[in-house]
Amino acid sequence: MSVPHDWIPAVDAPPGPPREHVLAGLRGTDEGPDLVQLLTPEGERIACPAYDAHVADVDTAALQALYRDMVLVRRADREATALQRQGELGLWVPLLGQEAAQIGAGRALRAGDMAFPSYREHGVAWCRGVDPTELLGIFRGTDHGGWDPVATGFHLYTIVIGNQCLNATGYAMGQRFDGRVGGPEAEATMCFFGDGATSQGDVHEGFVWAAVYDAPVVFYCQNNQWAISEPNERQTRVPLYRRAQGYGFPGIRVDGNDVLACLAVSRWALEECRSGNGPVLIEAFTYRMDAHTTSDDPSRYRLADELELWKLKDPLERVRVHLVRGLGVGNDFFDEVAADSDALAARLRAHCLAMPQPGPERIFSHVYAEPSPELDAQRDAYLAYHASFEGGAE
Amino acid sequence: MTVTMAKALNDGLRAAMEGDPKVVVMGEDVGRLGGVFRVTDGLQKDFGEQRVLDTPLSESGIVGAAVGLALRGYRPVCEIQFDGFVFPAVDQISSQLAKLHYRSQGRVRMPVVVRIPFGGGIGAVEHHSESPESLFAHMPGLKVVACASPSDAHWMLRQAIASDDPVIFFEPKRRYWEKGVVDDDPPPLHTARVLRRGTTAVLACYGPMVRTCLDAAAAAEADGHDLEVIDLRTLSPLHLDPVFDAVRRTGRLVMVAEAPSSVSVAAEVAARVQEECFHSLESPVLRVTGFDTPYPPSRCEDDYLPDLDRVLDAVDRAVAW
Repeated sequence: MSVPHDWIPAVDAPPGPPREHVLAGLRGTDEGPDLVQLLTPEGERIACPAYDAHVADVDTAALQALYRDMVLVRRADREATALQRQGELGLWVPLLGQEAAQIGAGRALRAGDMAFPSYREHGVAWCRGVDPTELLGIFRGTDHGGWDPVATGFHLYTIVIGNQCLNATGYAMGQRFDGRVGGPEAEATMCFFGDGATSQGDVHEGFVWAAVYDAPVVFYCQNNQWAISEPNERQTRVPLYRRAQGYGFPGIRVDGNDVLACLAVSRWALEECRSGNGPVLIEAFTYRMDAHTTSDDPSRYRLADELELWKLKDPLERVRVHLVRGLGVGNDFFDEVAADSDALAARLRAHCLAMPQPGPERIFSHVYAEPSPELDAQRDAYLAYHASFEGGAE
Repeated sequence: MTVTMAKALNDGLRAAMEGDPKVVVMGEDVGRLGGVFRVTDGLQKDFGEQRVLDTPLSESGIVGAAVGLALRGYRPVCEIQFDGFVFPAVDQISSQLAKLHYRSQGRVRMPVVVRIPFGGGIGAVEHHSESPESLFAHMPGLKVVACASPSDAHWMLRQAIASDDPVIFFEPKRRYWEKGVVDDDPPPLHTARVLRRGTTAVLACYGPMVRTCLDAAAAAEADGHDLEVIDLRTLSPLHLDPVFDAVRRTGRLVMVAEAPSSVSVAAEVAARVQEECFHSLESPVLRVTGFDTPYPPSRCEDDYLPDLDRVLDAVDRAVAW
């Protein structure tokens, strides 16, 4: 087992609460000493001996592709937020600020891997080939998830906080039972959840089960500092990545606004799982730059200065600076990405406005795989009632 | 040859596992011990630890992991050790197991069976004698059944495992050691069954109350009452055609169940019968059930549980109406 990170605590580790993560009233500005970072907020590529090898293949073109991913998912996210404001969506769950955490993890996954999202993983969806238009149905109220979880390797969004950690663990147990750990056909599972979810029993149980069954699952916690209005200290005393110690598997804290670091750590963790050394916990240390959802008002519970501080750590900006200053990428590329993102936004909007209203039969469809005569009778009675109005209107 | 219900269930699990390598059994103490009621006795020895999983003590984990295994193509059979321990799993059952087929518009299936020994009558400490079946019958997306005899236990379990829908499978724990013959020709899973024809009144029941009602019907002969007994077997969906038919013939229905009566399967049967058989009823539908209390200390359970005398008292009231 190759653990390039000393996750076992030193014997003389200080007891009690860890270093503060609040400076001058601003949260999450001190990530602690164990943060894995490859690209600084200023766009400087720094050496990281433990993980550099995992992104040795990321050349200029590959970094451009990661940047493009982030710009496009941010643009889709902003467009969906606007669609909600204009009354076309009932709700939207913004990912603003978490693009690097999601694209880095999503691009580390292979076709045969499986991902279990929470409900903010629009960037991971993008990496799994789920078109942003397929996310709209949940928020426009036309479906509960319009994509095929089997074909995409991207499970449906899970809204009940933490449930998916057990579902992902069970799936990963199946991967092991199927002999897909070790060897050329090895697979892994990645489970996404937030800092608030770590207080849920299902996350604890998922950690226990994954550990005792050696399940090939990467638990990927995006710590965006806020669970709606509740800060981290309402969830934990210790940095979240250190919780893994208690379950007997590695826990890594990565700069969640550094797409290169997220990619490197995720690739390492997935490889650990594929080769039989799972599970692994990754804490992507990031920030929710927008509201929890479009129904939320962060001004009631956090300082505006905090957002200003995190803007200096923006996940897109540091890559842009590195591409321009470090790698000499010219304006043509950025113009092209901007045009692509505008086209995506226009396509998203057009799709949203054209989404059909489901008929009443939709209520009854696919409740069961096998017939339920009782439910069929209920459906038939309601559809007949419904049809009687249509006839009466003529 | 007669077998106990526990053995009939064990044989059913074994047959299902032999017939499909994707069937896995998972629960607390189901492996080496063979389950606290020995329903899974010997299975781990014969099928290995990867097919019969002694799980962490974690009911939400049992169902939550089963959901993930089902997504992967497995057919998990979960054991919840006792009725009163299912509640930590209710979130996974309601939020994921019951809804994934619907949410995915049929793209994923949830062929998961959750076995739950239920009901009282064994002198147990609290949380070991409850009847929570109505809770699950109220959750769309689940199918809920209760077996009452060794033959039904065997075949209904195999049918539930073969089903592509999630099935909550209730086993009357106080009947585990009663013996019977396993039939060769089982009825479909989601059908009620007429166990005894009669002309005076109908007793509808399920699970542990089936034996009670059959005994009551036998005793009622001395009073000149000819009682029909119908085992509902399937609680969601209900199959009430035989009940409607019998009520139209007899005009009287007594619904018998251990669970508290308010907002229960028994209440639903009463509501449906008055909708379908209003003009045939000679008396109101009467319910003989547990009370709307937590399950009492076991020294009181003989008063709590419906018994032969309470059933026949209800029959007398229906006839005298």
